[in-house]
Amino acid sequence: MMGTIFGIPPQALFGQLLLGLINGSFYALLSLGLAVIFGMLNVINFAHGALYMMGAFVSWLLLTQLGIGYWWALLIAPIIVGLFGIALEKTLLSRLYKLDHLYGLLLTFGCALMIEGGFRHFYGVSGQPYPIPEALRGGQNLGFMFLPNYRGWVVVASLIVCISTWLAIEKTKLGAYLRAATENPVLVQAFGINVPVMVSLTYAFGVALAGLAGVLAAPIYQVSPLMGSNLIIVVFAVVVIGGMGSILGAVLTGYGLGLLEGLTKVFYPEASNIVVFVIMAVVLMIKPAGLFGRER
Amino acid sequence: MSVPSQGAATVAVQAGGATLGRIVGLVALGVLLVAPYALYPVFLMKVLCFALFACAFNLLIGFGGLLSFGHAAFFGSAAYVTAHTVKVWGLSPELGIVLGTVAAAGMGVLFGSIAIRRQGIYFSMITLALSQMVYFLALQLPFTHGEDGIQAVPRGVLFGVIDLNQPFAMYYFVLAVFLFGYAVIWRTVHSPFGQVLKAIRENEPRAISLGYRTDRYKLMAFTLSAALAGMAGGTKAIVFQLATLTDVQWQMSGEVVLMTLLGGMGTLSGPVVGAALVVALENYLAATNLPVPVVIGAIFVACVLLFRRGIAGEIQARFGGASR
Repeated sequence: MMGTIFGIPPQALFGQLLLGLINGSFYALLSLGLAVIFGMLNVINFAHGALYMMGAFVSWLLLTQLGIGYWWALLIAPIIVGLFGIALEKTLLSRLYKLDHLYGLLLTFGCALMIEGGFRHFYGVSGQPYPIPEALRGGQNLGFMFLPNYRGWVVVASLIVCISTWLAIEKTKLGAYLRAATENPVLVQAFGINVPVMVSLTYAFGVALAGLAGVLAAPIYQVSPLMGSNLIIVVFAVVVIGGMGSILGAVLTGYGLGLLEGLTKVFYPEASNIVVFVIMAVVLMIKPAGLFGRER
Repeated sequence: MSVPSQGAATVAVQAGGATLGRIVGLVALGVLLVAPYALYPVFLMKVLCFALFACAFNLLIGFGGLLSFGHAAFFGSAAYVTAHTVKVWGLSPELGIVLGTVAAAGMGVLFGSIAIRRQGIYFSMITLALSQMVYFLALQLPFTHGEDGIQAVPRGVLFGVIDLNQPFAMYYFVLAVFLFGYAVIWRTVHSPFGQVLKAIRENEPRAISLGYRTDRYKLMAFTLSAALAGMAGGTKAIVFQLATLTDVQWQMSGEVVLMTLLGGMGTLSGPVVGAALVVALENYLAATNLPVPVVIGAIFVACVLLFRRGIAGEIQARFGGASR
């Protein structure tokens, strides 16, 4: 690797691509959760960003208040966020299933404001640092670029989670029930499967993915009450581009757009914030159902 | 789209409650005319700007069944355009507001033609995403001055005669703008166009099969709504002599949704009531220690769970259309 690629030093190019891949990992994890929840509940979970923030905050609180480190947080924080999700679904969301889907969006928007506002009230808006765990400090020199271990871990971890979620939904019996209940909940209930419990667990799983993404994000970005709200809007655009019909589509679009955003940062940094939205507009012009979506 | 149906109530208004509605309307107008003698004019002007904004938003959700989650883009962009043209180009305030409205209408055509390609929840997500793009543009473009916004916008002299630095002159001008916007919406809703829009809200496939080009109707409604939201934004920029990022942020889009939901989607007077309540509440909360977003979020949740018809909608349902 000598000289430059399209006039860009390779270090800078690969550095930005790695950042793009990391962002893409978070887009993928979050849009995966949104797609799973939407498939089952027909609700666009506006609180997803707030719950991602909650995951990061829970791991920060575990560390600073109880001295519980990163690896346990990776397990505990998603469980706490998931339990919170079950409470949310049981007390509030479940009352709206018979109504227009827009009310689900409005309700979760209100929840997002409350969660975010609550954390903001108690912890302020400034970011809190979260240390990278001992085992993942340092980095590898790959010859063409320097790869910090933690960032590599985030990409690998999110890939593992996304692929195993996809396999679980496509290849296991539970996944088959889930897909069946998405298509026709009444019929599945008639076969003796407890659909309401499944709905709760699906929501819990979806938001637990957001919580997990939050824990992964904590050492990279600062832990702040506002970290979720701007991210979730980009993820919405990702979901519109991918179309919510397919799990794999949501994941692939997430990674792809992250990379594209990274590339934009190299070649035309001014546009890097809006490139996802521009792509969304273009995709809607050409294929309104989204890249992987089915026209319903 | 099952936004609480107002069809029956509207008929009742047109038949029996018409005189009563007219009386309520005249009383409300009288109150607005004398209000600045009793209340702080700046507060009233804020209410009127947001009331117009909410009415414009309501035209889309209440009568067209389209939930836009990005109306701040039109409100905020028009505020920037008005502020820039008045401050930097030295235009008169009325011309600045007109230009802001035109800019918002242009954006409405563009965003509308993209967003109406999808329905329901996707429509909301697309409008939200597009408005976030506008936010990032406002953050980066040189003329918007980033975090500072455009400050110290002169209020100027209306039509070259009326000095808007006089609080009362400013108030009556804002009232006139509001009444103009409200009249446009009233006329639209009660026109054949408005009826077709309601038909699309209730059952789009049937409207299509009756031969209506529903996309065209939706785009026109979207553009009109964007233009009126822009008029509210431009007026706001003159009143507060300020256009900032707050005006284009997604929180602002959420706020206008709340005003309309609280007041009553699909009623003409609901958004005005909702705007007045939310603005008053925020004024009150600013003086206390309570976290504003938590309270706003709680009201959101309560509205969705407990009274989806909103205040004006509930009154209309109970008293057979006394309010409109």
